[in-house]
Amino acid sequence: MALDAGGAAPGTSGFEYAPAPESRAVARIQSSYGLFIGGAFVESIDGGTFKTVSPSSEEVLAEVTAAGPLDVAAAVAAARAAFEGPWGTMPGRERAKYLYRIARLIQERSRELAVVETLDNGKPIRESRDVDVPLAAAHFFYYAGWADKLDHAGFGPSPRALGVAGQVIPWNFPLLMAAWKLAPALATGNTCVLKPAETTPLSALVLADILQQAGLPDGVVNILTGDGTTGAALVAHDGVDKVAFTGSTEVGRRIAESVAGTHKHLTLELGGKAANIVFADAALDQAVEGIVNGIFFNQGHVCCAGSRLLVEESVAATVVAMLKRRLGTLRLGDPMDKNTDIGAINSPEQLGRIVALVDAGENEGAERWSPPCALPEKGWWFPPTVFTDVSPAHRIAREEIFGPVLSVLTFRTPDEAVEKANNTTYGLSAGVWTEKGSRILSMASRLRAGVVWANTFNRFDPASPFGGFKESGFGREGGRQGLGAYLDV
Amino acid sequence: MQTVGDLGVRHAPLDDVVASAYRGAASSDVSSLISSQDRLARFLAGLPGVDQVGCEQRAAALATRSIKTTAKLTAIELAISMIDLTTLEGADTHGKVRTLCAKARRPEPTDDVVPHVAAVCVYPDLVATARHALSGSGVAVASVATAFPSGRASLAVKLADVGDAVAAGADEVDMVIDRGAFLQGDVGRVVEEIVAVKEACAGAHLKVILETGELATYDNVRRAAWLAMLGGADFVKTSTGKVTPASTVPVALVLLEAVRDFSSVTGRTVGVKVAGGIRTSKDAIRYLVAVNETVGPEWLVASRFRLGASSLLNDLLRQRRKQLTGQYAGSDDVSVE
Amino acid sequence: MSEPRLEVKKTSKLFIGGAFPRSESGRSYVVSSAAGEFLCNAAWASRKDVRDAVVAARGAQPRWSTATAYNRGQVLYRVAELLEARRGQFVHEVRAAEGATARSAAAQVDAAIDRWVWYAGWSDKLAQVAGSSNPVAGPYFNFSVPEPTGVIGIVAPTDSALLGLVSVVAPVLAAGNTVVVLADEQRPIPAVSLTEVLATADVPAGVVNLLTGPADELVPVLAAHRDVDGLDLAGAEPVLAAAAEASGATNIKRISRGVAPGHDWRRDPGTARLLRFVETKTVWHPIGS
Repeated sequence: MALDAGGAAPGTSGFEYAPAPESRAVARIQSSYGLFIGGAFVESIDGGTFKTVSPSSEEVLAEVTAAGPLDVAAAVAAARAAFEGPWGTMPGRERAKYLYRIARLIQERSRELAVVETLDNGKPIRESRDVDVPLAAAHFFYYAGWADKLDHAGFGPSPRALGVAGQVIPWNFPLLMAAWKLAPALATGNTCVLKPAETTPLSALVLADILQQAGLPDGVVNILTGDGTTGAALVAHDGVDKVAFTGSTEVGRRIAESVAGTHKHLTLELGGKAANIVFADAALDQAVEGIVNGIFFNQGHVCCAGSRLLVEESVAATVVAMLKRRLGTLRLGDPMDKNTDIGAINSPEQLGRIVALVDAGENEGAERWSPPCALPEKGWWFPPTVFTDVSPAHRIAREEIFGPVLSVLTFRTPDEAVEKANNTTYGLSAGVWTEKGSRILSMASRLRAGVVWANTFNRFDPASPFGGFKESGFGREGGRQGLGAYLDV
Repeated sequence: MQTVGDLGVRHAPLDDVVASAYRGAASSDVSSLISSQDRLARFLAGLPGVDQVGCEQRAAALATRSIKTTAKLTAIELAISMIDLTTLEGADTHGKVRTLCAKARRPEPTDDVVPHVAAVCVYPDLVATARHALSGSGVAVASVATAFPSGRASLAVKLADVGDAVAAGADEVDMVIDRGAFLQGDVGRVVEEIVAVKEACAGAHLKVILETGELATYDNVRRAAWLAMLGGADFVKTSTGKVTPASTVPVALVLLEAVRDFSSVTGRTVGVKVAGGIRTSKDAIRYLVAVNETVGPEWLVASRFRLGASSLLNDLLRQRRKQLTGQYAGSDDVSVE
Repeated sequence: MSEPRLEVKKTSKLFIGGAFPRSESGRSYVVSSAAGEFLCNAAWASRKDVRDAVVAARGAQPRWSTATAYNRGQVLYRVAELLEARRGQFVHEVRAAEGATARSAAAQVDAAIDRWVWYAGWSDKLAQVAGSSNPVAGPYFNFSVPEPTGVIGIVAPTDSALLGLVSVVAPVLAAGNTVVVLADEQRPIPAVSLTEVLATADVPAGVVNLLTGPADELVPVLAAHRDVDGLDLAGAEPVLAAAAEASGATNIKRISRGVAPGHDWRRDPGTARLLRFVETKTVWHPIGS
């Protein structure tokens, strides 16, 4: 019949995407890096060095300095001098222009930053290019505009900066988290000492170069690479007026204990175990996309990841089948390939944690499934994984896995969905999928979470406040509310 | 680079489970479903909705696929084989159609590797000319019919239009649905017309044009696609090309999801044709990626996917030369019909 | 001349879940006036009283936090009305507790009444002032609303038995939280009397729970309790406050640190305390057709 008369290549042979690697030449990674203190890269006084490794290849990318206590003291002193010097007395409109400059420089060097981020972190270049870097630039652009408008921000007339901010950030969105910390702190007139994560120091060091290009006064931002001991020393330093931390609830708890009884202000953005709730009347194809984006974006290394799928029982089998079919199209592999959806796990330690919890899930009787998936031999990898038959008591339903692992639970009524969704010590985010408007508003108001994504998931914007309820932390980043974390209010 | 999942996963049978989301479609006999306006309306209303933003975002994400080198060459040749080379102008002549048919048979006369296109698509009065010009070529003759493009005529006139095309040798008939009836909720009438046209096709394949630009919402596109499939469509087709917006990748996504789910529920395979505004290789490849990742590679064949276009073919040929020679082709390097 | 009449004294009790129990421990302690005269035996709350108070506050949370802001405002205004009606009693009690002059005590009671009025009016304005519609760069409607943190433990100020207490409790209630308050250990009588006002002012049972007793015994229990979401350490002395803050890290409690001695509670309170125990919730929804 005519319809079968197509000429060439019937589809049975498939449509294989040829490798489409991003060039790494643009990255210009140096062989070694010092600490960025007082506006210059300097050698450590009392620290050591460590190597940063690409998670997808185990290749050593650079040697980086581990700041010691004296380095921390020097950085805090530089920040203090800048606060009491040029930065503290500068009119807001001038601070604003520095931040606008930084935003523009990030845009200009976006490709370099994306490549550095992907090499150092293991995330797909598609995400660093389309999400991390553009959002980082947008964050500086947004807060730039606040710097000369603080009198109108709702914190009373002439709100005051806090002073020196010690900021400790995680490895999952290295550049973006640096932007989330630095932009509002600088807009409000604080000076900063930033400690990037041990496994992902490089983009912050490129950012230091950008700050130099922007002509930011010396000491306004200081960047100390190092491990947890560097972070602990920074948080504990008496010269710090404000501590901002993003990371695990466990470390956040220790930080809260450490600043207890001091004058230091504190904001914490910690872990999560978000419920992504799918009702039977949802737009199912988009819900499945939202589930995938919710848990497999950035290999699930996302504190607000939708790691618990709560699906209405009447459509549970359908949704799981659709989800599994969709997971079959995810492409795992070289993060530098523009068609890669799932990159590498950031470190062997993180991989170990994922494996341990997944093993616990199997041992507790949940049904484990992954699409057939060959993992690269070098580097650290974990396949997209779905657990069904999960009970709320299972560890995989309660503990943050921080990896590409989804636990599927079911519910029968909206009340049961709310009860199960809120039955966690965390409260960072939640998702709701239904085509019924009044139910969205009811669910949104009843869910104890700082961000509720209704009919979408994992969306971020500098104008949108982000942060947790309960043990997911306190304080907000983003939006007008994000200014409050760096003002004496 | 590896793709997670093999064919066994992506094509796992979904019959039972998907059926539950399409209450009534699988379990009920299609003919009894479409014979009751009330039941049909209820069924269509019960289909899962489409979130506009989510759908468009998925389409945008698919558009970021980087199709280069060998993959691009494969895609270009695949796209050529799926073209319904189309001329639907008041100024069409027998000569124009014969010229087009020559191009359809051998798009790249100097290179035998390049496949012929899938079909030539014309108005009914030019079907005989095309039939003659394409004999023995393997290229099908498609004809628009049913008072194309508006469909504003009596059923009798529409059926006569179809009859003319089929009698003149059309292998495929591209009908338009009654959008007015659809939008006023008269879904029974829409499906009755489709059933009647299908019968008048007398074995010719039926492509049902939804004119998605006039249906306006993705929910409507999904419902109209199911209506067409329930009525017996062999293909669901986006647009006449006479209305803006014509085909878009998000609309194609909705149609691909519909044929995927219909196939799961009923076991019957329906094709998708996108038409209107598809001019560049980049556009075409985006559709192929959407097909590949929504319904899978077994839909990447001319019997299941078509690109209705006219100027697209020359762009594909130019891009193909670029892939082979590394040089950008000049505008006069390919023939103009 | 009439016969001298013996005054009927009031037993000082706790206020938990809308009821007025004695301490579960059966213990009490002596409360004296600023001049050193015996005033009463106050209930010496135990760990179990703390537990019961937290349970009551948690139980009252859903209803109070989801009551309309208009309703909460009316309830708080009603407290002001009833307090005004008992103004003389409170002036007397504040005077006895703090050794203030009649004029100063009256000024404090008036300020306390006015503070309830101030916060009553805030309940339905907080979301408008602290919330926002956020112009994100995409097809989404995005808005933020302040929501109550939950159950808040409050250590009442020690230098202002009524005005200080009202200044820390009323804003937390206006924002929709429920509270477990530890009264000023040495001057609990105005606080205990206030609970009698609250009980008759349509404040739902469990929304405010008041304990009397030694801070160094009770604050650590409150601080370590994992069902308490936030701590206002206004009246805790520094060493106790630091330990409580560290202990509160167990469940990432929101902490409001101690108030410097000599704080003038008559000052315009602004919105700081109103915003201290709220959580910003941000909701995204696509805009499509």
